[in-house]
Amino acid sequence: MAMGSGQVGRSVPRLEGAAKVTGRAEYVHNLRLPGMLHGKIVRSTVAHGRIRAIDTAAASALAGVHRVVTIADIRKVVREPFYGPAFHDQPILAADKVHYVGEPIAVVLAADPHVAEAAAQLVVADYEELPAVYDEVEAMTSAAIVHAELKPAWTFPDLKHLQGRRNTNVALDFHLRRGDAEKAFAEADHVFEHTFRTQQVLHLPLEPFVSVAEASGGADDGRLIIHTASQSPSFVRAEIARLLGWPENRVRVKVPYLGGGFGAKLYIKLEALVASLALLVRRPVKISLTMEEQFYTLTKHASTFRIKSGVKNGRITARACEVWWNGGAYADIGPRITQKSGFTAAGPYDIDNVVIDSYSLYTNLTPAGALRGFGIPQLVFAYESHTDLIARALKLDPVEFRRANILREGRPQATGTLMQDAAIEAVLDRLAARMNWGKPFDRGSGTLRRGRGIAIGFKASISPTTSIAIVNVAADGSCTLYCSTVDMGQGSDTANAQLVAEVLDIAAEQVTVVHPDTDVTPYDMATLGSRSLFHMGNAVRLAARDAREKIAALARELGLPEGSNVPVTELFQKKYKMQAGNIIGVGSYIPSYAPPDHDTGQTPNATPFWMVGAAGAEVEVDTETGHVRVTRLVNVADVGRPINPRIVETQLSGAAIMQLGFTLQEKVEIDGGQVVNASLADYKIPSFVDIPSDIQSEAVEAEQQSGPFGGKGVGESGTFAVSPAIANAIDDAVCVRLTSLPLTAETLYRALRAAQGAPLED
Amino acid sequence: MKRTIHFTLNGAPVEAEIAPHWNLVELLQREFDLFGARESCAQGLCGCCTVLVDGTAVSGCLFLAAFADGAEVVTVEHAPDGKLDPVQEAFIACGAFQCGFCTPGFVLMARELLRLHPDPDEDEIRHYLAGNLCRCAAYPEIVAAVKLAARNMRKSD
Repeated sequence: MAMGSGQVGRSVPRLEGAAKVTGRAEYVHNLRLPGMLHGKIVRSTVAHGRIRAIDTAAASALAGVHRVVTIADIRKVVREPFYGPAFHDQPILAADKVHYVGEPIAVVLAADPHVAEAAAQLVVADYEELPAVYDEVEAMTSAAIVHAELKPAWTFPDLKHLQGRRNTNVALDFHLRRGDAEKAFAEADHVFEHTFRTQQVLHLPLEPFVSVAEASGGADDGRLIIHTASQSPSFVRAEIARLLGWPENRVRVKVPYLGGGFGAKLYIKLEALVASLALLVRRPVKISLTMEEQFYTLTKHASTFRIKSGVKNGRITARACEVWWNGGAYADIGPRITQKSGFTAAGPYDIDNVVIDSYSLYTNLTPAGALRGFGIPQLVFAYESHTDLIARALKLDPVEFRRANILREGRPQATGTLMQDAAIEAVLDRLAARMNWGKPFDRGSGTLRRGRGIAIGFKASISPTTSIAIVNVAADGSCTLYCSTVDMGQGSDTANAQLVAEVLDIAAEQVTVVHPDTDVTPYDMATLGSRSLFHMGNAVRLAARDAREKIAALARELGLPEGSNVPVTELFQKKYKMQAGNIIGVGSYIPSYAPPDHDTGQTPNATPFWMVGAAGAEVEVDTETGHVRVTRLVNVADVGRPINPRIVETQLSGAAIMQLGFTLQEKVEIDGGQVVNASLADYKIPSFVDIPSDIQSEAVEAEQQSGPFGGKGVGESGTFAVSPAIANAIDDAVCVRLTSLPLTAETLYRALRAAQGAPLED
Repeated sequence: MKRTIHFTLNGAPVEAEIAPHWNLVELLQREFDLFGARESCAQGLCGCCTVLVDGTAVSGCLFLAAFADGAEVVTVEHAPDGKLDPVQEAFIACGAFQCGFCTPGFVLMARELLRLHPDPDEDEIRHYLAGNLCRCAAYPEIVAAVKLAARNMRKSD
């Protein structure tokens, strides 16, 4: 047996490598069941309207159509068909009203997916259109009210203060007050105020949403199996059980590999729909969305951020932040984003006087959720663009100005929580070093101008959340890990196997990781927010340690001397007289947490760990076209101790490239509530031609003392600072400031012309 | 409306009854349980559905199954000696994928690239693979993997 020491910190090739390169990895996409029907969703064509009628006659009459289903049918199996992690606001199919273009209003079921698709075109709905609101700031005061009454859920302990409200689009307001900002602004040498906007973009996993449900048994002993591309199998089980009024153990949720997730495949997406349909027609039902339909399922919040800073003697003494989050038609996890990101909206700076007001708004757009950063990239774009503008206005070096104000270890952050194991300074220093910041820089000439910029952001982890893991040592000494963490590409199977191997002194490659199956694998809050390596990692380490202790106890029971190091196979043989038995180690982890004070946002314990990510960019701007080429992109992050250095590096650069797309190219274009670029032909994600040839990623030397073997999450850190680093670099190159994403050639060219006093006509 | 077609699939002669509107991805999945070619964008823009037809890479989502009649079709599952090839080994060694959904397309295209250009430079690799998208953006690792595969293939020649 290989020695376990050195399993952590080793770049173990992914356990599923061979399955993925041969095309044989298991995805829900591949699943077909006997008698299975395919569902095709019919979608709303208006942004806000009362449904007068849905005519399904022509569709039902088409040969091969099994059934056309509307909310009236769904109610036969689910009496209150509304779901959601923060509010129970989202219907399984539109009920009475539609709230955005693309909202599901009916489903056609057929054995042949082509028949279902053709029939879906024949369903006709009649609407009484209502006034709609699309802009998050307008939604604050708009006469158009998306939901007449808010219906809070009680799923998460830290959202308990959400209350049902009427006549408002505000789903949550978060407020933070620290020090006396008003006084500090009055006493400042300089006060700066800017407004920044980020656009609606999309996760766009290449495996679109897909779920399959199969029902068995009767009313009292019925069971459901849901195979789904989900990041949150435990939540799906609990929410489906709640909708049906069933105990959780009658719902089984199975998740194989995901073809990407990025925060899209969370909570309930297609699961409630396929479950209802399977119960209704008593046949397995599969719904696979098309790429276009992803645009009608979940997006990333567009945002508006008004930020104001007071500066005295080169120090930021006050900062006021107002953030409006465009949550779309259903709250999804938006209220949580509004609150959690609110903790850090003032940036990684040591500021005594802080005011933060953060609002989650309903609008008549596709719902928005978490996308690789839980709101942080939107905030960092604003506060790091703003911080750079201040440095430039005061003729201070951007790195030095940040250094003078940076939040150091042991200092209180805006919530009052003391910074611990957050290598903010080290990250800034390493970034400056990698950018050769102190050295001369070629600024280009003529119509090709070069510039460089940096930015740094940080994030509090989502808390409090729970993970549970089981480690099973079989009588032949082989080892199996049961946990509900979803491997959607981040390498969690491999990293978790490394943690087990490290504790049990075996090779990571010898550990089998059982994929989420709620009949088998224990509870996990979800795979999101870079929480798994820390939370599940701690649970896995504890489970492996529990198994190790039970092996030692068995040795004692058999009368073997302490530390005798008898192979585990012989222990089983001695105990059971044959190759039989198991040793089961269990680990459960929930970090401590103190909820923020409702009025001031103050808490001594906002997060179990901090994530820190910085980026530096060098750009080349063509002043005749506004075209920006990023020639170099440097990412530096504090990820604690990397468990698998190669996967960590890929996570950092992959996140940065994804954010590069959100910075320069991607935007969901909307006209009158209708998405007009819902395809990869019109919505361009980064390809080989869009990425810089020089991409560097570095994890600084750091340790998260409370993490498993010093590790912590890494999935999002690479996204934080890319957008402002590029905006800052553009300003450095051509002295023009862009304040809205994406930073396209057209917006830059318009800004260049405006700066020359010769603006283009609209 | 069904018709029968005959073709060679991963080296073996096969026949299948198809509907005229089926594309190649559906044919492979429905009749042969081959799921390595995947429909993602359905517009021939992402490369997830890449299949080789008579030695040419095609987007299986835009290629009608009927056109496979009489053709030689090769998918990522093709493994004549039951082993991983140098491209697949290099993808694993370099960690050139995350979720793996796009990986079969990249593997097939990288193989084609190396067949035509045994020693590609970075620009040639980027250009040749520009029609394949990876949302996890393992692009730097894919370049490294193609270079490693090229080195290993030259060594074994």
